[in-house]
Amino acid sequence: MKRYLPLLAGVVALLCVAVTLVLPKNRDAFDTQGFGRLPVLVGGRLKPLDTVARTSLLLIQNRQRVKTPDGHSLTPNQWLLDALFKPALADTYQVFRIDNNEVLALLRLSPDDGAGGVRFSFAQLAPHLDDLDQQAERAAQLESPEQNAYEREVLKLRNRLHTYLGLRYSLQLPESDDFAAEVIRFEQILPEALAATEAKMAGKTADENLVKELAGYLKKFQLLSGRATMLAIPPPPAITDHNAWSNFGDALLASFATSRVPQPVRDYAALGSAWRAGNPELFNRAVTALGEHLVGRDDPRLPRTALEFRFNHAEPFYWAAALYVLVALLGFVSWLVWPDVLARSALRVGVVAWLLTTAGIAARMYIESRPPVTNLYSSALFVGWVGSGLALLLERFFRNSIGNVVAGVLGFVTLLVAHHLQFSGDTMEMMRAVLDDNFWLATHVVTITMGYGACFVAGVLALVFVLRGTLSRSLDPETAQALLRMTYGAVCFATLFSLVGTVLGGIWADQSWGRFWGWDPKENGALVIVLWNAVILHARWGKLVGPRGFMNLAIFGNCITAASWFGVNMLGVGLHSYGFMDSAFFWLCAFWASQLAIIGLGCLPPHLWRSRAAVEA
Amino acid sequence: MRALLRTLVERLASLRITVVLLVLAMVLVVIATLDQVHLGIWAVQAKYFRSFVVVQQLPGTGVSIPFFPGGYLIGGALLINLLCAQFLRFTLTWRNLGLHFTHFGIILLLVGELLTGLLAVESHLTLDTGDTKNYAEASFERELAVIDVTDPAFDQVWAVPLSRLSRREPIALPGCPLTLLPLQFHENANFFMRRDAPNAPASPATLGFGPAVVVQPAEPTYRPNEENAPTAFVEFRGPDGPVGVMLATLAIERPQTFTAAGRTYAVVLRRTRIYFDFSLSLLEFRHDKYPGTEIPRNFSSRVRLRSAEGAEDRQVRIYMNNPLRHGGYTFYQSGFKNNDRTTILQVVRNPGWLLPYIACVISGLGLLYHFILTLAGFLQRRRATAATTA
Repeated sequence: MKRYLPLLAGVVALLCVAVTLVLPKNRDAFDTQGFGRLPVLVGGRLKPLDTVARTSLLLIQNRQRVKTPDGHSLTPNQWLLDALFKPALADTYQVFRIDNNEVLALLRLSPDDGAGGVRFSFAQLAPHLDDLDQQAERAAQLESPEQNAYEREVLKLRNRLHTYLGLRYSLQLPESDDFAAEVIRFEQILPEALAATEAKMAGKTADENLVKELAGYLKKFQLLSGRATMLAIPPPPAITDHNAWSNFGDALLASFATSRVPQPVRDYAALGSAWRAGNPELFNRAVTALGEHLVGRDDPRLPRTALEFRFNHAEPFYWAAALYVLVALLGFVSWLVWPDVLARSALRVGVVAWLLTTAGIAARMYIESRPPVTNLYSSALFVGWVGSGLALLLERFFRNSIGNVVAGVLGFVTLLVAHHLQFSGDTMEMMRAVLDDNFWLATHVVTITMGYGACFVAGVLALVFVLRGTLSRSLDPETAQALLRMTYGAVCFATLFSLVGTVLGGIWADQSWGRFWGWDPKENGALVIVLWNAVILHARWGKLVGPRGFMNLAIFGNCITAASWFGVNMLGVGLHSYGFMDSAFFWLCAFWASQLAIIGLGCLPPHLWRSRAAVEA
Repeated sequence: MRALLRTLVERLASLRITVVLLVLAMVLVVIATLDQVHLGIWAVQAKYFRSFVVVQQLPGTGVSIPFFPGGYLIGGALLINLLCAQFLRFTLTWRNLGLHFTHFGIILLLVGELLTGLLAVESHLTLDTGDTKNYAEASFERELAVIDVTDPAFDQVWAVPLSRLSRREPIALPGCPLTLLPLQFHENANFFMRRDAPNAPASPATLGFGPAVVVQPAEPTYRPNEENAPTAFVEFRGPDGPVGVMLATLAIERPQTFTAAGRTYAVVLRRTRIYFDFSLSLLEFRHDKYPGTEIPRNFSSRVRLRSAEGAEDRQVRIYMNNPLRHGGYTFYQSGFKNNDRTTILQVVRNPGWLLPYIACVISGLGLLYHFILTLAGFLQRRRATAATTA
């Protein structure tokens, strides 16, 4: 049995992965999955409605799960359908996250009113939206470094409300009782009403009621056109411009010229009515019709949206995080019992987890048609990918399970960080002009991120050295030597990639801003990493530090890398800043404190180390 | 003597000094980055990196004390340390070839950054659609221009840099009968119309719009989106004595004229102009957005480039990450205003611009070589140990 454990572990991990590829069934007779597959153009990107539902929920409430007041749980797509077509009902769902008590006070609410103390319904916020608007106007006048926590939360909440209300006006007029009937009526009267209006303008007699009714529609559609955030209506098949999608209001306004309401508008209106009336048959027919409308188009983005839907459901990073935990656990236990068998099992599971993140990153690259790192979120994925890949490679050579533990810890922590970074909305957003350059994204950004990953590998290896050495007797001189060599290798790798990445960044800056080096915070962050790695290497070459000193320097590298990766974004200045993140700042400080504490531990004189032999040698 | 020199070089080449200097450099970069929140990027560069010693004013007092070595000092010391080490330990073997390359590249990089600091000039060229200009306006330097406009067909221009105005010494303009005497100079100032502040003290100005304006000196600003309005009161003296006092400020960039010694002069305080021997005309500015959003996708300027003697006349497209390099200047798409009708190009003249590229290639190759060598050695040793244990 023991002999087959590594094989078994690998197979179980693979099974886990296979399960994620199975698409879930609809919960009831409504084909909500099919609805989720329909592509729309939002934020400049063609994506399935499923993504819109998930990213909206992450933005509004930092999670995808929704609980209704009567205790049912909803899938993101069901929530989106309610938000789109049953606004009065959706307004009662407690989905707006508010973390700041002053903001709650502004809205005359207390934590007791919300689900979990932090989530509130639109209906709860509605009575005091004017106050919120006023405060948000004031806060928006300030530059981001000057805003305090309250002002930032006010702006965040306004942004969340804006997203929610934008959805509500995307596929129907929320004020209307039966929008589908209105659309049908509009199309019926359109030719006659247009003729009547023309006649009236020419000063002839005309049917006043028809003219008035048409003017009413015009007003309503203009409202829709101004408020909808989603471009849901595809261009007619004959049009070759793939970006000519229009929003619901614009599509309806365009029919004044053509006298015909586009088929997708009618289908979406019918879909909405069916959802409201609870008629699965009509609903599913509308979903099918909307899907068929896009069949046979040569837009290369359509297959990508299909993959994106699958990707959303497979949640590869979620499962990889779980597997990484298993890898770290197996690695730890292997230091106590069954070293060989458990180390090999951990390596197998680790490789599966790593391949899973590889597949996830590759899928994102295909969907976006971009190199792997485009924003902070994807940098977290990539740092973890590089870091755990490097650690697994070290494990392959050294076979002492240290690589397993490092891969597991680094893989899990970076995926956890990534999870918390996706709350700002779509993680595959379009790139702003200066960043819209695949060559530099693929070279500078990738190398610099690989440098971050390698720095963390060196840092975590050093953590293993100090913690095992001071707290346990398990660090024998041979393992200590191996750890030193591994860390040294990782520092060399980190130096190479940080230096090359920084320099490539300089060249990019020279190409786009006219200066090779601008002392921008992000550039400085990269430079500090290079300098610190140079310090570590020169201190070792000059024999200025022994094993303990070397390891402590490598641990401090964790602090520096984290500061350069995240701290710089929190400064709120410079060309690279992505905005201040309050809770992230807390965690960054906590991380620094933990690293400094471990460095303190590492500074203990050798006779206080429980694995004394390892550091005295 | 030789022995003494050798000991000195040995001391200077010590790795201990290298490590200390690297740590100091790191600390300098970190505090400078943190200080950017208060000072803005340009003031930080001058204070921390383009200086020998960082001087900090103690809060609440006028006392300034040096508290940290500046960029020039640390960079220079690193350079000496590195040169000494190379001189002392330079042995050419295949093993350390990569490290030599890396260090040589770093020397070049430091020298290049020094050259950039000393020689690079940044300026801006703002063009409306249809406009043609043969000069850029410096980003930071300002000048007081005195223009003899008597002859409608020909202007003669004298430009006085602001640093001379702050010294308050008489300034003679060669070939011009006028002498300038700066009376007051302020780095930054606010302005009111005199009719809105009737109780303000009388203005020293007697010419132009000066008497109608009240000047209130202000602290210089370092915010990225704000600009200082340097302001001066300058007395003009002709051959027959004082002509009058003029208020000149960047905030009111309107030429003011007066007559003296039978000639008409226009005076304006403006961004220092850098003239090219070619001209650029903006044909079209484009600002593309992603559909259904306000996210900018691309900014681009289609310009017509004409050399003064007419040898060249062609169209160029300048857009993000794709600058135009011409006549020693580089033009970058930097911004836009005026409802997308006006483009702002950043213009840089940096004679040392190629140096970092060369340095990077040398350093990068050196590091890569060394890394591959080390990795190969490691793998070989492993194979050897594996063979002995097997």
